[in-house]
Formats: sequence, C-alpha cells, structure tokens
Amino acid sequence: MSELAEFRSEVSAWLSENRPAEPDFLLPETFMEVGTDSQFHYLRDWQQQVYEAGYLGMSWPREYGGGGKPQALQDIVTAEMARLNTPFMMNTIGLNWAGPLILSRGSEDEKQRYIQAILSASEIWCQGFSEPDHGSDLGSVQTRAVRDGDDYIVNGSKIWTSLGQHAKHMILLARTDPDASNKYAGLSFFLAPMESPGIEVQPIRKLTGEFGFNQTFFNDARIPATCRMGAEGEGWQVAMSTLTFERGVSGGQAGGTSMIAMKVADVVELARRAKRHGKPAIEDPWVRDQLVRFLSEEQGDRLATARAKHPALVVDRPGALALSGKLRHTEHRRRLCQFAIALQGANGARYMGDAQAIEGGKWQRSYFNAFSATIGGGTSQVQANIIGERVLGLPKH
Amino acid sequence: MSAELKNTMSFSEEQSMLLDTAVEFCKAASPIAEVRDLVLTDSGVRADVWQQIVDLGWTGVAVPEDFGGSDLGLAAVVPLAESMGRHLFGGPFVATQLATQTLVAGANAEQQAHWLPKIVAGSAATIAFAENDGSWDLQAISTTLTAGVLSGSKTLVLDAQIAELIAISVRVDGQVAIALLPSAAIPTTQISRDVVLDETRRSYSVVLDGVRVEPDQLITGAAAAAALQATEQAAWLLHAADACGGIHATIDLVVEYLNTRTQFGRKIGSYQALKHPTVDMLMGLERARSHVYHAASLLSAQDDAEVALRMAKAESDDAYNFAADRAIQFHGGFGFTYECDAQLYLRRALWLQYQFGDSPYHWAALQPLLLGN
Ligand SMILES: Cc1cc2nc3c(=O)[nH]c(=O)nc-3n(C[C@H](O)[C@H](O)[C@H](O)COP(=O)(O)OP(=O)(O)OC[C@H]3O[C@@H](n4cnc5c(N)ncnc54)[C@H](O)[C@@H]3O)c2cc1C
Repeated sequence: MSELAEFRSEVSAWLSENRPAEPDFLLPETFMEVGTDSQFHYLRDWQQQVYEAGYLGMSWPREYGGGGKPQALQDIVTAEMARLNTPFMMNTIGLNWAGPLILSRGSEDEKQRYIQAILSASEIWCQGFSEPDHGSDLGSVQTRAVRDGDDYIVNGSKIWTSLGQHAKHMILLARTDPDASNKYAGLSFFLAPMESPGIEVQPIRKLTGEFGFNQTFFNDARIPATCRMGAEGEGWQVAMSTLTFERGVSGGQAGGTSMIAMKVADVVELARRAKRHGKPAIEDPWVRDQLVRFLSEEQGDRLATARAKHPALVVDRPGALALSGKLRHTEHRRRLCQFAIALQGANGARYMGDAQAIEGGKWQRSYFNAFSATIGGGTSQVQANIIGERVLGLPKH
Repeated sequence: MSAELKNTMSFSEEQSMLLDTAVEFCKAASPIAEVRDLVLTDSGVRADVWQQIVDLGWTGVAVPEDFGGSDLGLAAVVPLAESMGRHLFGGPFVATQLATQTLVAGANAEQQAHWLPKIVAGSAATIAFAENDGSWDLQAISTTLTAGVLSGSKTLVLDAQIAELIAISVRVDGQVAIALLPSAAIPTTQISRDVVLDETRRSYSVVLDGVRVEPDQLITGAAAAAALQATEQAAWLLHAADACGGIHATIDLVVEYLNTRTQFGRKIGSYQALKHPTVDMLMGLERARSHVYHAASLLSAQDDAEVALRMAKAESDDAYNFAADRAIQFHGGFGFTYECDAQLYLRRALWLQYQFGDSPYHWAALQPLLLGN
C-alpha cells in the first residue's frame, strides 16, 4: 500500500471510531445554520477533537498551531469526512476564509494571536459583510467606522451574520471615508472583537422555522485601530481576497467539510423506501429518469475535479472550472433536495414534526436549507455574472 | 446502485501532443468559409486536406503497429474528433475510424492485414449498420445473407461514395455477422444520397439485393458481436467528442456577437437574459467534456466504460443542442438566416443527436445500469 493509501485507512479508522454519537436533537446542515446551544457545543467539541488528533489545519505552519504537512494529506482527511459523512467543522469562517486571509496577509502578531484558536474552535469567527440594504452590491455597504484616537467608533448594522451569536471575532467591512473618490475606495477591513461594548446580536428565524443566522447592530461600538487589516481605504481589496478563499477559487483553507454531504445515492436509497402514488418511487419512470440525470451531473462535477489536474484539458477557458464550482455544487444540491421531496408523492406535503413525514421531514428541511448556499456567499445569479464576465469575457454594462 | 462510479482521468503526453496539433491544424484547414464551400461539393472533403490528415498519421492512430499504425487506441482519436468538431469538419475521418474499430475488434488476421494498412495509407472506410426502421438497436437487423447473396438495404451510411470498404451488419441463418465488402462490389445505381440536416456530412442509402459476399469477407459469431459493440462504443465516444468541439465553437460565436451587437445603447451581452444562458452553455460543455475524457480514459485502461460512454453521449447531445438552439435566438433576425453560422452548428448538433442513440435513449438505457431493474 502506498503511503497515502495507508494514511487514508488510518484516517478512516480514526473517524469511524471517534465520530460522536448521533445526538437526540436535529443537527444543522451547514455552518450557516448553527442555531441552538446544544448544536453549537456538539459541533465545537467535535472540531476540537479532530484538531487535537492532528487532522485539521494539517498544511498550516507549525509555529501557529498547524501541522506543517503536505496539503495532500489534509485533502484526504476532508474527502474521508465527506465520504463517512461525519459532522462538519463548524468554525468554517475562521478555517476557510479568515484563517487563510490572516496567513496570507496578516502580521506576525496576528498569526500568533488568531490561528491556533481558529483550528481548535476555541474562538469562533463570523463575517460582517452584508447589510440590510446592501448584499450583492457589497461595495455599497454603509456601516460607518470613524477614527477616534486609538479606536474606531462603529455605527450601523450587518445582517445574515452566521454564527454571530457564538463568535469571538468578526471580519468586518465598514466605511471609513464616505467622501472617497469611489465607493470602493472608502472601505476598510477589520478583525473586530465581538465583545466590544455597543455590539448587539439578534437571532433571525429562518424559512425552516428554526434559528440560524443573526442581525448584528453597532451602536457607537469601539474597536481598537490595531484590528484594522490593510490600510484605511484598502478594505475592498482585502474583502475580495477573502471571497476568493470563500468561493474556493484560492487554496489555503484549513480543510474539513462545512456542510453535511449530500449524495445522489442517498436519494436513490430514499426512492427505494418511499412510495409515490402507491408504488415504490424507484419504479416510477419519471423518478428513474431524473435520478439518472442527477447521477450524471454529480459524476460530471466529480470528473471536473479530476480533469482540472490535467493542464492540457483546461487551457481553453482558464478559470471555467474553478470559478464555477460554487454555482454548480449549490444549484445541484438545491435541485436534488427539491426532487427528493417530489418523489414522495402526496407525502411530499408533510413537514418536520408530522408523525408520517418521510424520514421526519428531513428532505423538506434540506430543500429549504439548500438556499443558504445558493444565496449566501454570493447568489447564483451573481456567480453567473462573474463567470460570464471573467471567463467568457461578456460585457458588464 | 450497481458498482461505484470511478473518476479515472488519464491524458498522456501523446494525447496532449495530438490535441495541440489537432487544434492548430483544424483551425487552419477548416475556416468557416471553407466549410461552406465544401457543402456544395460532392464528396464533402478536400483531397489535399485528407492527404494531410493521412500524412499526420491520424488514420493510423488506433491501428496496431503490425499494420502500420501507431497503436495509441481510440482514446487518442478523441482529441482529433473534438478538434474536427470544433471546425465542423466533414469528410470520412469519423466513418473510417468506426470501420477501423470494427476491424480491430472483430476481423481475423487476414482481413486485418488486407484492410488496415490501406486505411492507414488513406483509404476511406465506413459502416452500414442502420436500417430503414430507424432503430438504434444494432441487433435489429433485417438484411440477410443467404447462400452468399445479400438481401435488404442499409441507410444513413456515411461517405459510401468514397469509402473503399463498407462494413455491413447482416444476419446469416439468424445469427449476426458483419460483411467486409469492397464498395466496388455494389453497383453505383444502388447507392443514393440521403438528404440530411447536416450539410457537411455525406450520407447514403444502399440497396444490397443481389450483392455477393465471399466467405472470407465475413466476421461471424462472438467476433461479430465484439465488433458491433466496439464500433457502437466508438461511435458514442467520437460523436460526443465532436459535439464538445462544436459547443466550444458555438460559445465562441455567441460571445463574439454578444460583444459586438448593441441595442438600447448597451452591448447585448450585458443583458442577463443572454449572459446567463451563455454561462449555461459553458457549464454544459465543461460537464460533457469531463465525461468524454473520462470515458476515453476508461477505454484506455480497458475498464468497463458503458455507463461513462452513455453519459458522455447524452450530456454532449443535450449541451450541444441547447447551445446551438440559443445561438440562433441570440442572433435575432440574422440568426434566422442561412448566412448566419449558427445554423451550421445547430444542424451538426441535431445530426449528432440522432446518431447511435439520442439523449433520451441513453438516459433510459442508464436506468437499469445505475438503478437496477
Ligand atoms: C444562510 C445565509 C447565511 C449568510 N451568512 C452571511 C454571513 O455570515 N455574513 C454576511 O456578511 N452575509 C451572509 N449572508 C448574506 C449573503 O451574502 C447575501 O444574502 C447575498 O450576498 C445576497 O445579498 P442580499 O441578501 O442583499 O440580496 P440582494 O443582493 O438584494 O439580491 C436579491 C436578488 O437579486 C439578485 N441580484 C442582485 N444583484 C444582481 C445582479 N447584479 N445581477 C443579477 N441578479 C442580481 C440576487 O441574485 C437575488 O436573487 C448569508 C446569507 C444566507 C442566505
């Protein structure tokens, strides 16, 4: 057996042995939906355990708490986690965007201060980009940060703050110069402490009926000026490099999954158990046709990853595969969940809490939750704009 | 589900070099004006271009070394077919490759020694499997061979006019066989041209009644079954590769127009009603192409490739037809003209779709393979 194959089986054994028992409450499906304290503690403990076993941040530098090992090993761990469907790593914003950002452009002090606590989940991170009036048009955000001695005084509000109620830090995009030559030039970027007085977090109820994300209010909140990353007015560039990590366009993430894996095979199994119009759904011609197409689509995405490793096979339109990953995966997941309800026939109308709901109404909830990824992190429509403009060279205006 | 799907993806140095050469060669040899000129010709191919293809060694890529080929296998033909599709090549290359597969998979040593060197040297060849009922089931054969004489007819036979060899599926005493017939054995009055959507293609109906076949011209038994299967799988793969090339070109055509044409004071490409479907074309291409090169990789590794091949054919047909259909619409009134190049791609997309099973046919065939009966 090769070294990598050996490592894979070691990881697989460790995960299977150590994975936490199924809880008696419903787990969230992505890091964006961690609502209750019991969900939070369950997931946080698991991330800590994985980190202590040496399976997280494996390729990050040792001096800051990482493993100093090749990325290939971390990729194996992440793939095994997805395959075995172990709970996801909840500190995603820290692990996969704030962390790589700090490692790539933070000061030595910042790396010492933040990195290990991100990996161990002792400090949770959230992201303060979107505002009630400005989401897709991120460059227009209006939350104000005004320099006052060694601090900035922040006023305004951020919204859809995932993990905000549990977070110790926020990556915050705020306006330091409302009179700048253009809207982007007036922005600055902060690693803001959530404990500052004047910051208040209010939970928001999601379409599933559960709680998940939040609105964050800033009322004369004082943030030390040392928390600014990059110069005043450089906030947009820092935010953009954060987004390349977030959308998986740049590498350097700590690893681990950030949502429950969902495979077409699970829906095939559902179709064997569930009935549609009195018969096993798997016998329905429409269900069979759809399943085969979903399998081919899923396989195509998997093969894209394999093809991306052959430069000769991706030269035609550079960036096409990397920039489209989020759009492809999230839209596939949404449609798959939608279909998983449809194959249930009349029972498709039931929901969580109904004794006869198929699998406890899990797929209905999954469908609702799937929108988190088609809206969060840049909507599918905005992703399509980006691909059209950057990959195909279509005009913006 | 049956077996786990693999994600094999291999692409050798040789394939990579072939792809580079093919991209350059096809671009130079087949500008659109040339494609349109060839539509008006009888053969659909320029003799000098065909000779260059032969000189490049492409007719021998999938032929064993013993017969003068380079024995790189069918996977190495994929980048060639893809590049040809991108430039709407007509001519007998694909048909000859399919006949080559018939010979390599099923013919005996003497038959191979007779035909394969000729093919390497530039003789065109073709297959005659389809019949008038339009079935894609290659076992549905009503042409018979009785006492050495054929009875029946074949249709949608590519390049029958210029092919030296026609491989014909027949039934002998109820059993499937393949007759390797020199086209000279068929009276020219029994070959008539089909009118097909794709005007770059040359397709014929062939009446076989009374044509003699010698015993040493036959492939029978298990060899015939193997030959049919290999040829069919090659057809799925090469048509899918052709489609990928075509989608690429269609996107280029659309992007160019969307960046040129202005309406209401804006480049029409800035309208998302056009921009987003164009992105969908790209997503379709990327997916189809991954399937195609994966299927080719499985074939190279001599793995079972049926699922991968069917997915490649279905995905590429759907993606090409979507792209070419939208390409017409996105050109407005000009899109409705014969002059607009979008029609060339739409015709090719439709033509490919109906070769060797359209996408609904393959999706249906995948059901038992992936979901059980
Ligand atoms: C579950 C979840 C978690 C989130 N977590 C966070 C978080 O932790 N931190 C954070 O800062 N934000 C977070 N977000 C916010 C998310 O990034 C925004 O919701 C998203 O960027 C869209 O912004 P918006 O909600 O203002 O919608 P809008 O921008 O108002 O969009 C409304 C509709 O218009 C479309 N649209 C907008 N502009 C265009 C355009 N140019 N072209 C075509 N269509 C367009 C959109 O696609 C959408 O369909 C989260 C969102 C969700 C759903």
